[in-house]
Amino acid sequence: MSARNPKDNDPVLPAVEERVVERELVGAEAALGETFAVPIGPIHPALKEPIRLTFRVRGERIVGVDIRTGFAHRGIEFMGMRQGRNLIQILYLAERICGICSVSHPIAFTQAVERAAGIEVPPRAQYIRVIISELERIHSHLLWAGVAAHELGFDTLLHLTWRVREKVLDVLEELSGNRIDYAIPIFGGVRRDIAPEQYPKVWEAIRYYRGLLEQLLDAFLRDPTVEARTRGVGVLEPKEAEELCAVGPTARASGLRKDVRQDRPYLAYPDFQVRAITPEDYGLTPVGDVYDKIVVRLLEVEQSLNIIEQALENMPEGEITSFPKIPALLAYLKKAEGEGLGWHEAPRGEVIHYVRLAAGEESLLVWKVKAPTYSNLLSWYPMFEDQEIADIPIIAASIDPCICCMDRVYLVRGGKEEVWPKEKLLKLSWEKTRRMQR
Amino acid sequence: MGLSAFKRALWVFHVATGSCNGCDIEIVAALTPRYDVERFGIRLVGTPRHADVLLVTGPVTRPMAERLKRVYEQTPDPKAVVVVGGCGSTSGVFYESYNVVGPVDRIIPVDVYVPGCPPRPEAIIDGVVKAVAKLEKLGAKA
Repeated sequence: MSARNPKDNDPVLPAVEERVVERELVGAEAALGETFAVPIGPIHPALKEPIRLTFRVRGERIVGVDIRTGFAHRGIEFMGMRQGRNLIQILYLAERICGICSVSHPIAFTQAVERAAGIEVPPRAQYIRVIISELERIHSHLLWAGVAAHELGFDTLLHLTWRVREKVLDVLEELSGNRIDYAIPIFGGVRRDIAPEQYPKVWEAIRYYRGLLEQLLDAFLRDPTVEARTRGVGVLEPKEAEELCAVGPTARASGLRKDVRQDRPYLAYPDFQVRAITPEDYGLTPVGDVYDKIVVRLLEVEQSLNIIEQALENMPEGEITSFPKIPALLAYLKKAEGEGLGWHEAPRGEVIHYVRLAAGEESLLVWKVKAPTYSNLLSWYPMFEDQEIADIPIIAASIDPCICCMDRVYLVRGGKEEVWPKEKLLKLSWEKTRRMQR
Repeated sequence: MGLSAFKRALWVFHVATGSCNGCDIEIVAALTPRYDVERFGIRLVGTPRHADVLLVTGPVTRPMAERLKRVYEQTPDPKAVVVVGGCGSTSGVFYESYNVVGPVDRIIPVDVYVPGCPPRPEAIIDGVVKAVAKLEKLGAKA
């Protein structure tokens, strides 16, 4: 039998669109018989944007997944290309593409515009951009680690990591005035300098995290429960990662030394000799499972601390922007013409902005954004293959997609309908943890 | 009223309608140890059917509008709706987008607006406390 369309009885979904794709059973699948469709989304309870995943399962095993995106599409590029906003207003928009990587997009965007218009960035401004983006990486990776612990049913660890994460938010607030959406980069420099009295606070945070690092590694990597739940789960082979163009920690966990900061250094990054981190740096052979993704992200926290330390020590003196007066900047940008590409290694991977400016126009002629999750989404297909339903939350979260847990699932089996809300899925996940602890 | 005046635990359901994750992580930050609203009995639940308060983030994209309405209808009465963030309150920077049908009060009735992009966790907690005041007034009438 094949799956029925569950939309008629689905309380969250409207009676429009949404159809579970029916397909012919072929080969081994036909021989084995029944598979069922398990639709998930688009409304989920915790921190994530809406997405819809339809799993095809045989018993407890996943045989296929269908991903539907587009629920959070806001048409940001369209608004940037529409006449009526100037580039600084568009920068404001670029900051709101993502609230977690809220400095990665502006950094890539300002670089693209600077290349198109031929604007130089003073060295001090480059260093400040690097410091803010590395602080953001620490906050994002700790956020992810906490969410991953939650998906495993290890809530103590969620609260522990989110508690230590507050420290980096305090530093970001001290430096930029905001916990999220820092508004630091502007075309030709940065908006705020790091004052001499602020250095001790950043140093204090670095010392705080240095002291905690060993504890965090211990809590995540040397914990038998975490290891049992993540080893061999959601494997992304190096070859698959390469073929599917995975980026960021998702690719690095599979052993690919792929990092924009290493491959195409930009801003002040050439000074720091960044080297892409893979599980080999922790003395492991890369497998590409969820455990390796935790290893890579935690080691990257240490790498970011090193970069911030070096940046603070070697901070050049001088201007923080080549256009101190905003009207002069806007007048220059209005006259500018050309196209430019900007890139940055966001916490989730490579982000690219492409812009084209026309002389006499205040807004952009063309704006294209490529976010890291877009590249990583395809790696879900091999990762979900032949996994258990109880592992869906942690595998979905392992690519750090801005989508982390789920709302409810409908299982239609032989005419009998049952609702599988997120709690039941999480309970399955937690029960598996307990089973393995015994 | 102070937080100690809570008569019952308050369960909250969070709907993201195309938000940028900024407000969403601040909501989670409000639940974790620094702010720890669970000590007052406020907790995030996984389904609107268990919720007293809906926390809505995001400017409401076209595909999410119908679903937001469904979630509102599923939430049992008495209920309160709190909009978290500037884009949910006024559409904010996304006001001219073709795929945004918000702000939230065009789709469902709203009781409390928490402005900010994103609001701090303290502001979100304050918004939820204001929603409690409304719920208790409704409770007194019934």
